[in-house]
Amino acid sequence: MILFAARRLFQALIVMLVVSFLAFTMFRFVGDPINQMVGIETSLEDRAALRESLGLNDPMPLQFARFVAGALRFDFGTSYQFRQPVADLFAKRIPATLELSLTSALFALVIGVPMGIHAGLKRESALSKLFMSLSLVGISLPTFFIGILLIFLFSVTLQWLPSFGRGDTVQIGSWWTTGFLTVSGLKALILPSITLGLYQMTLIMRLIRAEMMEVIRSDYIKFARARGLPDRIVHFRHALKNTLVPVVTITGLQLGSIVAFATITETVFQWPGMGLLFLHAVQNVDIPIMSAYLMLTALLFVTINFIVDLLYFLIDPRLRVGRP
Amino acid sequence: MAVLDIKNLTVDFPGRKSVFVAVNDVSLSIEAGKILGVVGESGAGKSTVGNAVIGLLQEPGRIAAGEIDLNGVRIDALNDKSKRKLRGRRIGMIFQDPLTSLDPLQTVEAQLVETIRTHLPLSAKAARDRAVELIGAVGIANPHERIRQYPHQFSGGMRQRVVIALALCAEPELVIADEPTTALDVSIQAQILDLMKSLCTERNVAMLVITHDMGVIADITDHVAVMYQGNLVEYGATAQVLGRPQHAYTKSLISAVPRPDVRVDRFPSIDYIEKDRTPQRQIDIATHWLGKARAYDRAGGPLVSVRELDMQFETRASILPSRRRSFQAVRKVSFDIAEGETFGLVGESGSGKSTIARLITGLYQPSGGSITFAGTELTSLGKRRDILAMRRQMQMIFQDPYSSLNARMRVKDIVAEPIRFHRLASDRSEVRQIVEDLLDHVGLGAAAGRKFPHEFSVGQRQRISIARALATRPRFLICDEPTSALDVSIQAQILNLLKDLQAELGLTMLFISHDLAVVRQMCDRIGVMRNGELCEVAETDQLFEAPRHPYTSELLSLMPSMELLSRETPADP
Amino acid sequence: MAQQPSRNDGVSGAVAAFLDHDLVHAFLRSRITVIAAIFTLVLIGAAFLAPWIAPHDPFDLASISIMDARVPPVWMEYADPRFLIGTDDQGRDLLSGIMYGMRISLIVGFCSVVAAAAIGITLGLIAGYCGGKVDALIMRIADVQLTFPAILIALLIDGVANGIVGGLDREVYAFYILIVAMALSFWVQYARTVRGSTMVEKNKEYVQAARVIGLPAPVIMVRHILPNVMGPVLVIATINLALAIVTESSLSFLGVGMPPTQPSLGTLIAIGNDFLYSGEWWIAIFPGLALALLVLNVNLLGDWLRDALNPKLRG
Repeated sequence: MILFAARRLFQALIVMLVVSFLAFTMFRFVGDPINQMVGIETSLEDRAALRESLGLNDPMPLQFARFVAGALRFDFGTSYQFRQPVADLFAKRIPATLELSLTSALFALVIGVPMGIHAGLKRESALSKLFMSLSLVGISLPTFFIGILLIFLFSVTLQWLPSFGRGDTVQIGSWWTTGFLTVSGLKALILPSITLGLYQMTLIMRLIRAEMMEVIRSDYIKFARARGLPDRIVHFRHALKNTLVPVVTITGLQLGSIVAFATITETVFQWPGMGLLFLHAVQNVDIPIMSAYLMLTALLFVTINFIVDLLYFLIDPRLRVGRP
Repeated sequence: MAVLDIKNLTVDFPGRKSVFVAVNDVSLSIEAGKILGVVGESGAGKSTVGNAVIGLLQEPGRIAAGEIDLNGVRIDALNDKSKRKLRGRRIGMIFQDPLTSLDPLQTVEAQLVETIRTHLPLSAKAARDRAVELIGAVGIANPHERIRQYPHQFSGGMRQRVVIALALCAEPELVIADEPTTALDVSIQAQILDLMKSLCTERNVAMLVITHDMGVIADITDHVAVMYQGNLVEYGATAQVLGRPQHAYTKSLISAVPRPDVRVDRFPSIDYIEKDRTPQRQIDIATHWLGKARAYDRAGGPLVSVRELDMQFETRASILPSRRRSFQAVRKVSFDIAEGETFGLVGESGSGKSTIARLITGLYQPSGGSITFAGTELTSLGKRRDILAMRRQMQMIFQDPYSSLNARMRVKDIVAEPIRFHRLASDRSEVRQIVEDLLDHVGLGAAAGRKFPHEFSVGQRQRISIARALATRPRFLICDEPTSALDVSIQAQILNLLKDLQAELGLTMLFISHDLAVVRQMCDRIGVMRNGELCEVAETDQLFEAPRHPYTSELLSLMPSMELLSRETPADP
Repeated sequence: MAQQPSRNDGVSGAVAAFLDHDLVHAFLRSRITVIAAIFTLVLIGAAFLAPWIAPHDPFDLASISIMDARVPPVWMEYADPRFLIGTDDQGRDLLSGIMYGMRISLIVGFCSVVAAAAIGITLGLIAGYCGGKVDALIMRIADVQLTFPAILIALLIDGVANGIVGGLDREVYAFYILIVAMALSFWVQYARTVRGSTMVEKNKEYVQAARVIGLPAPVIMVRHILPNVMGPVLVIATINLALAIVTESSLSFLGVGMPPTQPSLGTLIAIGNDFLYSGEWWIAIFPGLALALLVLNVNLLGDWLRDALNPKLRG
């Protein structure tokens, strides 16, 4: 167990190192950092001095080491657009994105998993067919268009829910702000989280259905039926548990990608999260923010993957218990 | 009174174009404590009979006529819920593959207890005690400890014992076993058959054993039903049916079974089952392309000489040498094969016999030792052209007729590919002519070339494989379990074809099989392998009559006795 | 072994055999799939014939008048019969704009799918067949990349490329940058699938037979393995076409894809989004519906293809 976890942790570190190398390359070689930092009127001497003081003339490995050391302290330099430390910009926006992602993930799981189980077990039922048709529509509607439709319906036409922003927020601790504690905050959360969660929900549902159908065909399910076990035991104790092994992996990845997809949703709803920050950085070639975003999402994915691997370990005895 | 009574059962599968009748008007019955075997080749409908009894016919199959009675009560017309109550409670089922029959995520105990408590009103504690007792009864040592383990911690044979325990959970009146030993090695097969036989007598259970294997039938059944294409062709006491078969199909089936105790030059060919054979146009080997360039310079001495051959597979890769694990598939194996001889290698699965075939053909690189072919050491060859020249002289026929042919190529391209690649013909029309002749010669007919592999039966596919192997004009042919995926009647034809080809072309053969009886029919000398080592090499008759190595004797003693089987060869029509 | 129906030669026989083929039969039996196929063909036809059949030319500045801006669809008040479903903020006919926009979306989608498949199939075949260190290297890259969703990678590549190209050239190169960005984000799926199937096929006996004959590795990969792994690739490509169209429109919507001078459907929706609140909903909603319809039909075809090619799921 410990060995297994240690090996996974080591792999995660390698991934992070590769990603930070990419981020560093991007930071260092896409455009000249000095040109981005100073105005047109700055003299060549001043530029050279700045270059020297930032260490841009040092050997590359040293610069990379400095970059990684900075990243470990959440120091990603200064934004070209805002002239502020990147870390401060992110700190303000991370709570917004995480709260949105968490709500969407819950929405996707709570609705998607039961739908998938039903559609997998009762393939021919009318409800399953309805779910499948809906899921196809859900998969075909681009996230941003779902957002636009929801805004058009609930904000513009019915005027029930706000179409942009987080509503009122409450500060918790030194930097976390939450929208969970106010009515306007909760109302503002509804449309964006449905928009963001809908696609993941359909994916999770279709995945569970497909896995269920595969498992139901296996010999041990046939044998369980031949032993006369009631459907309840066959379906939930045997089929569902075996379905979980692949489902947990992919669901984990999907939940991670919610944070990335949040970029689109945040744009549609003008949600003040880090996706919106990243998008503006892409539009304005603000490299420090881009590389920081890359590292932060990588960290998130690696963490989720690590947790998923541990879960895998708990579910599957073939990993846990060796052969005699 | 009979426990199971099947009367005039007909099962069909309505399809898009026609209705396929899988079982046609079959009547059978079994008494308590007796074993009835249903034997037949693939497509005979024998498994469908078992599935119909337990009420698990695959969609869209249905019982079209007849009835099934269990202890005098009709069970085929019950609703789904009542049928489910029969399963496990009154009818137990044993499947073919023990590796996939058990839920990998649940302990053996959990699976036993849930089955027991579904059918019997027992407390958790009592159910557990019963589970332990059952595990002990099927011959698993330390039942208290082993019951807490997961299926992957058991070997194949042990898992099949667990499956049997699960089938016996609620003291059923009838047990249906569908090919219960097909996935197991000979030695394990013998143990499982013994166990089934003794449980059947002790617990007074009626048993329906479905198998393609005459050996299993001869070993354990009291009565036997022979099925052919959905019809019951012969039914009676086992000794009677096997000893004095009445029906022409039964006679030909029995005569096609290779015997370990006698050697025949050719298997008798009977029109009854040789239907997929098209009339063949014989080519004159002496003047034909296939017979040309056979004048290899005979260096004298053996054609193939294997010395101290070693092969390790890495099972766990690691940067640290101390953490690497490897598996020794072949260990210090040495043997010679003389020109024109057929050399056999036998052994159970994992004994390393197929690895040797792949080492000789160069599919694997040996970890140590040498392989000499016609005086040239193969591992020392460096130039690609020299390697190709050697490759051309040795060809291989594989086990699985489904995967050994590329499904996306026409048969004529499959056979022509080696000729084109090695530039063995001068122009395209010659290639076409050779391909047609080859297909004719292996008994498929020249017209077969235009089709794709999926349009052929398994036996015909194996003939295509043989034609492809002949297309390089090889001198040495390796047959790796060439008939183990085939029904006995098809096996007899393919073995005959191989014998004919060897005689005509003077081929040298390495024949690999797990089936001692087949090896006896085919080989001049035999090597016995176990755990990667070669135990014994001897002349065929000597090996069977006076084995020197204890493992050889053990293997011979485990072979199903075929003494019951009729020796009579059906008279030529 | 099922009996094969005897097939007579000749054209009528070939047609009969074709119609009798299970895949074709399953296709004709699934009514939704037939409808989806017809819809897809109509949409593709409308997109590619746009210069000849579109009522207006949205790129002909002479025919556009700002006076016609934001005209509603014909069934609403203040409509203009020249513009069936209204006009956008610059007075361009929305229907024509959608047809031209769909053409751009489809071309970008097709090109990126083909490019991604070419990269993925090549690397997947090599990784699966050669194994060992080559395999480990390719698959590690794929693993790292797979942890990021395609759209994020496309965004990053797009951002970096724009940083390098910069300024005015951005409009000229937008098309190529998009295709490269999407090809580089989608190749992983092909590579993983092809590698998986290749590893299965490699151990099948027909490949071993080819090796025993002496065929060199590239011949075995291309002639023997490739045709046998194309089934799943076809399914992925169809589903990815839908995904590529969605991704392209998302990028354009976010303002980093196609510029307003060469609007794709996503660009049109982005333009329309600004007018949603002032009641001119049609500028965003109609291109969005066209996009959804296109993607839905391609997805339906992909779904059907997957089920039809997967014999395990045939009931």
